Amino acid sequence: MKNRPPDDAIRCDACPVLCYIKPGRTGACDRYGNREGQLVRLDPHVVLDRAVSRGESVVPFLQPAAEWNGSVVGGPQNFITAIGAGTTYPDYKPAPFIISSQVEGVDMVTVVTEGIFSYCGVKVKIDTDRHLGPETNLVRAQGEAVGHVTTSEYGSQMFSLGGVRHLTGGSRREGTVTCETLLDLCNGKSVELDVDEGAKVVVQAGKAPVVDSQREAQMRVGCGSATIGIFARQWFGKVDDVVVVDDHITGVLSEHQAGKLLGIPPTGIRLKGRRSTPGRYFQVAEPGTGWGGTNIQQPLSILREFNPKVAWPGLRLLMVSTTGEHYSYFVLDEGLRPVERELPAELSESVSRIKENCEPALCTVLFMAGAGGSLRAGVTENPVRLTHSVRDALTRVTCGGAPVYVWPGGGITFMVDVSRMPENAFGYVPTPALVAPIEFTLKLADYATLGGYVDQVRSLESLVNDERRRHLSARGDNPWPLGAGARGRGQS
Amino acid sequence: MRQRAQIRILPDQRRLHMQDGPIDLIVEAFGAWDEVQRAYEAAARRFVGVLDELCWELPMLRSPAVPGGLSPKGKIARRMAAAVAPYAGRTFITPMAAVAGAVAEEILDTMTSAARLAKAYVNDGGDIGLQLKPGEQFVIGMVERPERPSLFGTATITSDEPIRGIATSGWRGRSFSLGIADAVTVLAGTASQADAAATIIANAVDLPGNSRIARVPACSLAPDSDLGELLVTHEVGELSTTEVDRALQAGVARAEALAAEGLVHSAALHLRGETRIAGAALGLDAAGLSGKANRSLAHA
Repeated sequence: MKNRPPDDAIRCDACPVLCYIKPGRTGACDRYGNREGQLVRLDPHVVLDRAVSRGESVVPFLQPAAEWNGSVVGGPQNFITAIGAGTTYPDYKPAPFIISSQVEGVDMVTVVTEGIFSYCGVKVKIDTDRHLGPETNLVRAQGEAVGHVTTSEYGSQMFSLGGVRHLTGGSRREGTVTCETLLDLCNGKSVELDVDEGAKVVVQAGKAPVVDSQREAQMRVGCGSATIGIFARQWFGKVDDVVVVDDHITGVLSEHQAGKLLGIPPTGIRLKGRRSTPGRYFQVAEPGTGWGGTNIQQPLSILREFNPKVAWPGLRLLMVSTTGEHYSYFVLDEGLRPVERELPAELSESVSRIKENCEPALCTVLFMAGAGGSLRAGVTENPVRLTHSVRDALTRVTCGGAPVYVWPGGGITFMVDVSRMPENAFGYVPTPALVAPIEFTLKLADYATLGGYVDQVRSLESLVNDERRRHLSARGDNPWPLGAGARGRGQS
Repeated sequence: MRQRAQIRILPDQRRLHMQDGPIDLIVEAFGAWDEVQRAYEAAARRFVGVLDELCWELPMLRSPAVPGGLSPKGKIARRMAAAVAPYAGRTFITPMAAVAGAVAEEILDTMTSAARLAKAYVNDGGDIGLQLKPGEQFVIGMVERPERPSLFGTATITSDEPIRGIATSGWRGRSFSLGIADAVTVLAGTASQADAAATIIANAVDLPGNSRIARVPACSLAPDSDLGELLVTHEVGELSTTEVDRALQAGVARAEALAAEGLVHSAALHLRGETRIAGAALGLDAAGLSGKANRSLAHA
């Protein structure tokens, strides 16, 4: 027990205890920790500094022009978020921070608190056309049910995770694992999920999904049939037939309704696989890493011989995948055999356009929660007036400074894109429930009207200069929470 | 030199918050306002030196208590040594097991000698010292797990009961435990006594040799831990109802023994949602207490 500092521990000199702290752990105070060899202050109270974008140095931008004597009243350049603000218990106590600041000459109040949400969850959008599992099937983490597969969206599979039933309605372990899963997803960590009778998916906000160990790269522009529909007019007259290879539906221009409407004549092309409707084929190949998410390496392998009664020598054929990553151009010889040729310039444009229309496949995570009566009571003595004030767009709701969409109807049920929030904005309590920051911003006069704790209001300056607070640059793509338009409900 | 300690009145304008390094106190005194202020001023003056005073003797305070051993100089350190002395030679314990309770006690003493107060408490991260004038009482809320914001019962502590200290220990908390209790809450004569006893009882709530309990040397997590190479609980897997019961029984047996020696007034032991009460029956509000705990109260 003598001094034997292990080489991966660092010594914290924040206080005379002088803890040795191993990587990933905290000192005796739980306030300082070793993050990858760096001594960091944990969970400080976050102050957003208004700056152009995330990670940029804020100072030069923030320097007020000293010589400026103009009359335009700027808003304050700092916004106190609720991250690390803590919460009060019982709820009738005023929220931990009620802050006033001047925006364009009007006294604005921001009430910040960290809400404890049992009624909360995440909606995860996974950009992939792969079948992840049947709708309504359970999604599991560490073997515990944490949510389910919900109705899919265009080009994406959707999971609905969390919710009060998984958090508190099941076994203790189910609750704990659900809480952990939500926390990790909300804080931008990766989580491995298993769908009953389905795939194993690794999900991380803002990153490409990994389905059964395969990383998705790009979203398709559409299935093979949709691609035909989108590009038929651009191909018309430049080529005699087009096959769009896809692991779900492979499309054939000359047989497809889109081609027929343009008057494209039959070409005698014959595909392997099962024909669904004209110009649409299922199961031309097995799923894989080749063309269009199939196992095809050589595109001609999915064609049978051309019908000699219809086809003609010199027939021009384009084969392309739904992402535009793979393509080949063929011309039929005298024996009606396709011979590969260089792609004509007038067709290469359409191929690059397919590519251009494919977006990177991402997982996106929206946190959704309801601010209940108790949380609202920390803002005002008359909670329903806060709800009305949010409805009437007098109060702006933000989550760690990020804009939220407030769902219409009763209560304050909101959604926020976790990737627009500061890092590690979420916490938890062992109930289990998630702790998320929430800020309500409104005019001081309106705050008084709705029964707010006006006597608890503190000035912004009194908090901003406190060195215990963590200053972050605000993100350029988020509207400034105290902005002039601090009135819009919803996605402002 | 810049003052390291943070001292402020909380926004409720009633409670005092003092923090320095790992010490984090919530203090509330009751009485005439000028007396309360005098008490807070005395508490703040005393507080600024506490951490340095402790760190000065830290190596000694981190060494195991042995019969007739350890005689530290500082007043708080002496409280710590006295609180763990009854266990010296019987089991592994260091004065650090009573640090939070001893600090709470010292601040409480400082306040009550400086001012006339009806009652007061000092809460040092869950380890609490109480002061009660005759006729006064505190209602203490009991939570099943630390931070869990739901009370499972309340205990009323009156001035004629010999309870002036409350402490909670468990493996999930800030300090390490040799056992697997989620939380053991102890009511005892003083905060430092409660603190030491909670550590001892939480260590006893255990299933030795169970493969679903991951244990690692304390020093592998915190190189300067007073527990050194001792194996501390790192993770607890699934436990059957019988296992939970067996672990709790081991803890209850230890708690009863300490109660018989007068080291503990009562204790509430929690593991995986199960609760057992040992020692004197608490003035527990039965309505808030689950049936399970009541049953075990009968056979404990």
